[in-house]
Amino acid sequence: MTALRRLLTLAALAVVPVVALGLFFVVPVSGMLARGFVVDGVFDPGAVLEVLSRPRVHRVLWFTAWSAGAATALALVLGLPAAYVLHRLALPLRGVLRAVLLVPFVLPTVVVGVAFTQLLGEDGPLGFLGLAGSPVAIVLGLAFFNVSVVIRVVGGAWESLDPRPGEAAAALGASPRQVLTTVTLPALRPAIVSAASVVFLFCASGFGVVLTLGGLRWASVETEIYLLTTNLLDLQAAAALSILQLVIVTVLLAVSARLRAVPGGTARVVARPRPVRRSDWPWLGATAVLLVYVGAPIATLVAGSLRVEGEWSLGNYRALGTTGSEQALLVPVTDALANSARVAVDATWMALLLGGLVALVVTRRSRGRAERRLRGALDAFFMLPLGVSAVTVGFGLLVTLGRGPVDLRDSPLLVPIAQALVALPLVVRTLAPVLGGIDDRQRQAAAALGAGPLRTLTTVDLPIVWKPLLAAAGFAFAVSLGEFGATSFLARDDRPTVPVVIFRLIGHPGAMNYGMALAASVVLAAVTALVMLAVERLRVGSVGAF
Amino acid sequence: MVLSTHARSAVLTGLAVLATSVLGGCSLTGSSEDEGASAAERVVLVTHDSFSLPDELVADFEKRTGLDLEVRPSGDAGTLTNKLVLTKDDPIGDVAFGVDNTFASRALGEGVFASYAPELPPGAADHELPGDADDLLTPVDTGAVCLNVDDAWYAERDLAPPRTLEDLTEPAYRDQLVLPGAATSSPGMAFLLTTIARYGEGWADYWRELMANGARLTSGWSEAYQAEFTQGGGEGERPLVLSYDSSPAFTVSGGASTTSALLDTCFEQVEYAGVLAGADNPDGAEQVIDFLLSDEVQAALPESMYVFPVSAQVELPAAWARHAPRPERTWQVDPAEIDENRAAWLREWNDLVAR
Repeated sequence: MTALRRLLTLAALAVVPVVALGLFFVVPVSGMLARGFVVDGVFDPGAVLEVLSRPRVHRVLWFTAWSAGAATALALVLGLPAAYVLHRLALPLRGVLRAVLLVPFVLPTVVVGVAFTQLLGEDGPLGFLGLAGSPVAIVLGLAFFNVSVVIRVVGGAWESLDPRPGEAAAALGASPRQVLTTVTLPALRPAIVSAASVVFLFCASGFGVVLTLGGLRWASVETEIYLLTTNLLDLQAAAALSILQLVIVTVLLAVSARLRAVPGGTARVVARPRPVRRSDWPWLGATAVLLVYVGAPIATLVAGSLRVEGEWSLGNYRALGTTGSEQALLVPVTDALANSARVAVDATWMALLLGGLVALVVTRRSRGRAERRLRGALDAFFMLPLGVSAVTVGFGLLVTLGRGPVDLRDSPLLVPIAQALVALPLVVRTLAPVLGGIDDRQRQAAAALGAGPLRTLTTVDLPIVWKPLLAAAGFAFAVSLGEFGATSFLARDDRPTVPVVIFRLIGHPGAMNYGMALAASVVLAAVTALVMLAVERLRVGSVGAF
Repeated sequence: MVLSTHARSAVLTGLAVLATSVLGGCSLTGSSEDEGASAAERVVLVTHDSFSLPDELVADFEKRTGLDLEVRPSGDAGTLTNKLVLTKDDPIGDVAFGVDNTFASRALGEGVFASYAPELPPGAADHELPGDADDLLTPVDTGAVCLNVDDAWYAERDLAPPRTLEDLTEPAYRDQLVLPGAATSSPGMAFLLTTIARYGEGWADYWRELMANGARLTSGWSEAYQAEFTQGGGEGERPLVLSYDSSPAFTVSGGASTTSALLDTCFEQVEYAGVLAGADNPDGAEQVIDFLLSDEVQAALPESMYVFPVSAQVELPAAWARHAPRPERTWQVDPAEIDENRAAWLREWNDLVAR
């Protein structure tokens, strides 16, 4: 009876996100896969499997694996010191720095591609390295976009890590290095694994970066699916690669879930940031390297946006109220900004709602193996959008949503829904480790002391979840502001978002349009940074309130 | 204890649902925009991302016809065509514009379009799609993909700019060319077809020489022109780029263009419009095609979409007449042949330039 009730609860919590993901992810993806398997009305799996034996597919797979792996490693190497410095040390401007480091995550890839090209190109400041168009440039680009994920996810965990075990170890004579390797890192392992798996999946499905930074000499699974679908209409091959992608993602998620398992309920105490000590210098140095690495392309963009015909000028920014030269745009950039904000609000609440429910479902203590398995499977299920080609989803939405009573292809909500699905895994990954870290005994204690369910929620869960929830909201909002792949596929002409107009501007000749694209990118980056700053402020304010 | 977990979960669900409804009101996308079918009859134009027409013209059209024109951009010419093919049983609009001669025969073969033969303006018949016996597609605009040179760059170095495809493999022009790839961009595909038209079976050898001479490939036109070309927005370092015959009209400074198109390296592109088979509003779709062929739209095409009108009876903008001379001769490949060989050519090209 109780078991049944528990399962019912589980189902009730899971139903909204499962239906949403089913409708907007599973149905479209299977719709596309079906088109690959069924040729002229005949089920033909042989042809799909044959694709997997092509040597080119093997090359593509290998390249995807090692470039994503290298980029994940680089993001961790650069992100971990910054997570420590920006979340544990009392550094001036650390809130600003945290916000700034998130900016790359939302910049349109085309624009970053242009900035990187100017940096790495033959005549650029780093041209002597000869990296333009190389796989190194791709890895640098992938890590550039994703290092903020590491800082966010690991930094959040680091902040709420109880400092006392480390202090105790130090008091017992452990060197800082020993404290790090024997106390701190093991405690952070779930967060690190979580961040690494998200980053790896982002990198492995990083479509725009590979296309714009690597030129065409290197193909990843994602760009290959794009080529096969949009250019060759070879749906069998695309289906084969999509299935392969699904399998790999599932395996990866299973492995990372195992590694991530939270060791028992740990009480979380938010440590006060402490003053910088001499022993922190290596960490600060590594963070400085990261700032240069992330800052250089952004500085290139800002400088470019401030130049008109070789002179310093704000002309590009003034032009944002116009539709560009030669009517590059249908609506001014300022209108697109308003559209972006509206879409982002919708995408944010959807992602938070779905992500919050999912995080709750997957982190409740399970009784019995079946239930644990079920929760594990659900957890992995909601991570799938990270690893599946946006091209497949986009085309799938087109071919499957046109039927039925409502033609969802026409709905203005389609864009925010698609963006929410992109942000969903991120929200889940931000919330789940925190929710999972709450000791269930605290809730039991509260209940035993007479607190009702609501009071238990507000006194036990909420104080701990509050900050990550805000961080997740900001993150989802920022992701939505910058999302381009799905948006460009689904957005309507009269209501473009900022990345869509930037793409249009950069795709039209004329120096003014190019300048406007840079200016719009800087505005997008600035808005994102401000959003994240606001979240940082709220977080600081909420520390004392609970 | 179990009960309390259950109850708490229920409360959480309730809160979440409440939050949804409250927050939903905060955004306009969520609330006010679902007007559904408006009073005016709707006609949906599916097109590529570069589609753009002056607002006045569209407003005029809507007023005159009582139609509500909804424009839906759907990627580049290739993506657009494939979307149309994938959704042919349940079309995403009433009329499509932007399928070009490199993709047209795929759309014809798949039965995407319905017949419609509008009255063509003078000159337009020259651009009709070969093999389109059923009047499925109507030519709307034309342009040519050509190599562009930065004339000043060559003048400064006392070097004669290249003129032909052969010149590009000369050591004098080493490391000077940047072009978008055939697999990921439609001008890139046009250039691949140019070399196929010029060299036939020998195109692969030509590409080997081209790559050996330091040609750089980018994924799209923007990266090539805006970031790598010396006259693009981004202070690039390569003075030779693949673009359009109209591009020199956009690099005018002090009355002269700083760039020019190499008119011996051009591939003719024609963009077509067609009524979608199974459209909700086929009558409106036909009116949209008539609209695209009207003098007003034809005259607006250069400034709005950087292409030449198919109509011979409208005037070109002054800068175009002066700085964007059209090639006398363009390279061409039969659309049916393109359709048949596209996959094989692209695969071979990909293997040739990759790694």
